[in-house]
Amino acid sequence: MQKCGVFRVKAPDDGALWVPAKDNKSTTNRVGKAATMKRIVSTLALGAALGFGATAALAQAPSTLRNIQNKGFVQCGVTQGLAGFSMPDSAGNWTGLDVDLCRAIAAAIFNDPTKVRFSPLSAKDRFTALQSGEVDLLSRNTTWTLQRDTSLGLNFAGINYYDGQGFMVRKSLNVKSARELSGASVCVQTGTTTELNVADFFRANNLKYEPVVFASADETIKAYDSGRCDVFTTDASGLYAERVKLAKPDDHVVLPEIISKEPLGPVVRHGDDQWLDVVKWVHFAMITAEELNITKANLDQMLQSTNPEVRRVLGVEGNGGEALGLTKDWVVRIVRHVGNYAEIFDRNVGPSTRLGISRGLNALWTKGGLQYAPPIR
Amino acid sequence: MAKMTDGTLPARATGAPKVAFFNDPKTRSLIFQGLALALLVFVIFTAVTNAVTNLRNQNIAGGFGFLDQTAGFGISQTPIPWSESMSYGRAFLIGLLNTLLVAIVGIFFATLLGFVVGVARLSPNWVISKIAYWYVEVIRNLPLLFQILFWYLAVLASMPAPRNSHSLFGLFFANQRGITVPRPIFEPGSGYIGIALILGIVAAFVVRSWAYKRQAATGEQFPVAASMVGLILGLPIVAYLVTGMPVSFDYAQQGRFNLTGGMTLIPEFVALTLALVAYTAAFIGEIVRAGIQAVSYGQTEAGRSLGLPEGRILNLIVVPQALRVIIPPLTSQYLNLAKNSSLAVGIGYPDMVSVGGTILNQTGQAIEIIAMWMGCYLTISIVTSIFMNWYNQRIALVER
Repeated sequence: MQKCGVFRVKAPDDGALWVPAKDNKSTTNRVGKAATMKRIVSTLALGAALGFGATAALAQAPSTLRNIQNKGFVQCGVTQGLAGFSMPDSAGNWTGLDVDLCRAIAAAIFNDPTKVRFSPLSAKDRFTALQSGEVDLLSRNTTWTLQRDTSLGLNFAGINYYDGQGFMVRKSLNVKSARELSGASVCVQTGTTTELNVADFFRANNLKYEPVVFASADETIKAYDSGRCDVFTTDASGLYAERVKLAKPDDHVVLPEIISKEPLGPVVRHGDDQWLDVVKWVHFAMITAEELNITKANLDQMLQSTNPEVRRVLGVEGNGGEALGLTKDWVVRIVRHVGNYAEIFDRNVGPSTRLGISRGLNALWTKGGLQYAPPIR
Repeated sequence: MAKMTDGTLPARATGAPKVAFFNDPKTRSLIFQGLALALLVFVIFTAVTNAVTNLRNQNIAGGFGFLDQTAGFGISQTPIPWSESMSYGRAFLIGLLNTLLVAIVGIFFATLLGFVVGVARLSPNWVISKIAYWYVEVIRNLPLLFQILFWYLAVLASMPAPRNSHSLFGLFFANQRGITVPRPIFEPGSGYIGIALILGIVAAFVVRSWAYKRQAATGEQFPVAASMVGLILGLPIVAYLVTGMPVSFDYAQQGRFNLTGGMTLIPEFVALTLALVAYTAAFIGEIVRAGIQAVSYGQTEAGRSLGLPEGRILNLIVVPQALRVIIPPLTSQYLNLAKNSSLAVGIGYPDMVSVGGTILNQTGQAIEIIAMWMGCYLTISIVTSIFMNWYNQRIALVER
């Protein structure tokens, strides 16, 4: 005749602790405004993931490349929609300059440019997503700065687009120069170098301004379009890309001043040199292919070439690809599926596209630009 | 039980019944609580060490030292002075103040509107009660973020560009950049006005308490409301005149882009406050209705049979009893409003989450910033809770 013991066990309320590190659902399809709440939650989840999630992978097996080969795809962090750089088309396929870099990496690893999954990230969330292991790399028009390269625990793998920050205003304001903008309201996206540059610019020139800061590029451009601000500022490429979203694109003008250097490039986590090398050299391979005039169209002829440099780059001679942890024909794969740098540029942002951006600083070094790749040998 | 063992089982005749230690409720409960505690400690310990190791592996500096670094970004609404060369810590503080501002203003107006809606739903007037009914049903069933965006776009769309501002007497302006009013400039000597205001408030409450006591003792009434208003408004005005009118105003002027000068309520603040007030008021309305209906109708009838006017019945009988039911759920609505203000990030209002997010992104100190967010919201909520609990106790039914 014994009374049953009362279990007064207090379960730890740890529902929030075990957030899976690769919670793809929380970042895909985050298009539009209703996603803001989700983004806040996602920021918290990512923060938690940094603490609790991605530990095993980082602590024991730091090889991102092997991890990617095992799971069968590259997880690539991109923008939430920036025409020409990373944007889903009407069929839901991601296209753009930054997207093609991810596709080139997938092509080099798997010989299949479709083995990429894209995570659209806001400027604010992008670094946390990379740090926590949610994405394998960021290819998200991200400016290379000292602080990001060091204290954020990241490494920049190169510069696939040389850019600079500019201003867009309404034509009706009759502004000819950014120095006339004293007292203006400026719409800007949070978590960007843009936000800091604009503060520096106005401070350096002793001008007053009112910053109006939004979490996503979409919200920023909509607020500008609805008249909340006089000025919209972002990287010059972004100004042209976002202008097409405005109700009346022709009523707006981009001011001539470029107020900053914005070297944009792919970013990986600090501490995995092999993966850094892969990303870096895929980018260099596309530039080298342009330099040697290897294109999608003439690839098969080039494979027959007697030029030792072409033979080496295409893996007919030497084994540079294997040293990277890839295959001998890695450059062949990149060019066959994606193309060289010129093809990517022209297809996505070049003069024949809606954006109509000329090569400018992004021309090859041999043509007066800055794009330059170390030799593949 | 002891009796039974005594009688039937002489072998275990004395003392407490013997049970295996793992069947002893006390021991069991201790064991399981110990296990739970050990598990909790293990989880926290693992999480912390993992985070520290991962951060070190990724070469991310930890700690709160970053708060002293120069922020370098602008903020659109700054209750305290701000320039880009100030620190991240001050930027975060401004974000916190902006959150508190919208929470306090929101709570004030949501309470007013909520009481009106709650009373209106009980109105015998069919039109008024139906309007209140549909207001509650529509507003509380739409997601708040959606409403915030709606108000933001509605505010922006209904306002003219700064060059064609709506203007009232050339003093007050409304346009897409906000509502601009003259900004008071306090010159030396204006401190006395503030002191007079505080004195006026204190005096008003002293008078009120004296009048209540006197009425309780003698039954004589005193014009309490009028004298309170007179004291609170009158003393500062007297001080203003006596000290030689030391307050002047800075009026807004049309600048090239925006109005310059004056004081501006930015549209993000207006939209966020409108949305939070409208949304929370719908819930408060229901709470108020429930509270009033919880007071038995017999009380009202009793009041009427004593010959009390309707207003007095409401003030002296129904509301004091309804408040006991209203206050606890009202507290959670206040807490919700404060926490919901974090949705401000959707429309670019520089609240704690928005500014903190910028800092997080510029410095990469995710864990520290999230800890600060949580600490601040927790503090705000707990302080609100403590205050409301104190108020709840104060108005609790005193049984005699």
